[in-house]
Amino acid sequence: MANTQAMCTTFMEELLEGVHNFTTGTGDTFKAALYLASATYNASTTAYSTTGEVTGTGYTAGGVNVTNGTSPAATNTSATAGVAYWTPSASITYTSVTLTTAFDAVLIYNSSKSNRAVSVHTFGSQTITAGTFTLTMPSNTTSTALIRLATT
Amino acid sequence: MALVTTTKGEMDESLLEKKEGFVDNDNEYTTWVEYWHEGELVHRSAHVALKKAITLSAEAASFN
Repeated sequence: MANTQAMCTTFMEELLEGVHNFTTGTGDTFKAALYLASATYNASTTAYSTTGEVTGTGYTAGGVNVTNGTSPAATNTSATAGVAYWTPSASITYTSVTLTTAFDAVLIYNSSKSNRAVSVHTFGSQTITAGTFTLTMPSNTTSTALIRLATT
Repeated sequence: MALVTTTKGEMDESLLEKKEGFVDNDNEYTTWVEYWHEGELVHRSAHVALKKAITLSAEAASFN
């Protein structure tokens, strides 16, 4: 039992179906929920669930909203290839929480569309005691953005 | 005088033992800070900076 960093497979299908809208302002609301190291979230995850989610003082089930201040972008890298990419525009922060059971993953999901899963991101196990847990996003570039759709 | 939020309320930092650490690998750069009071962990915060993108490959099939 372990969490695995992955883009959720149903998310890829839902991109082709036009389910998700990452446009700033007029798009969907995305959230970030934390999961215990004992949970099993990975590419097969289809939606947010409370199963395996952290619990503790100051943490609300479902997690926190993801700040989306920058719409997705796309860049052509050649005549046959390019990259589309998106990254939350601010760190994801859980303030004044106590989470005493080790957690090691965050699920990004679309709370506007039946809590459908987007991606699972893992990190070294953490606990928090009367403190703050902050997830800083990578730079929003063609090579480092949190979510990239690329052709080669 | 710096105050630290702890399980026992706001406490003067000078009364606490401070421990810090970090993890740096291909996936993340993480820093953490702990404050201990009389052998008890009373505050722990962590800051994880994700490094690795998740990439979805896409392609257009040819007809031949």
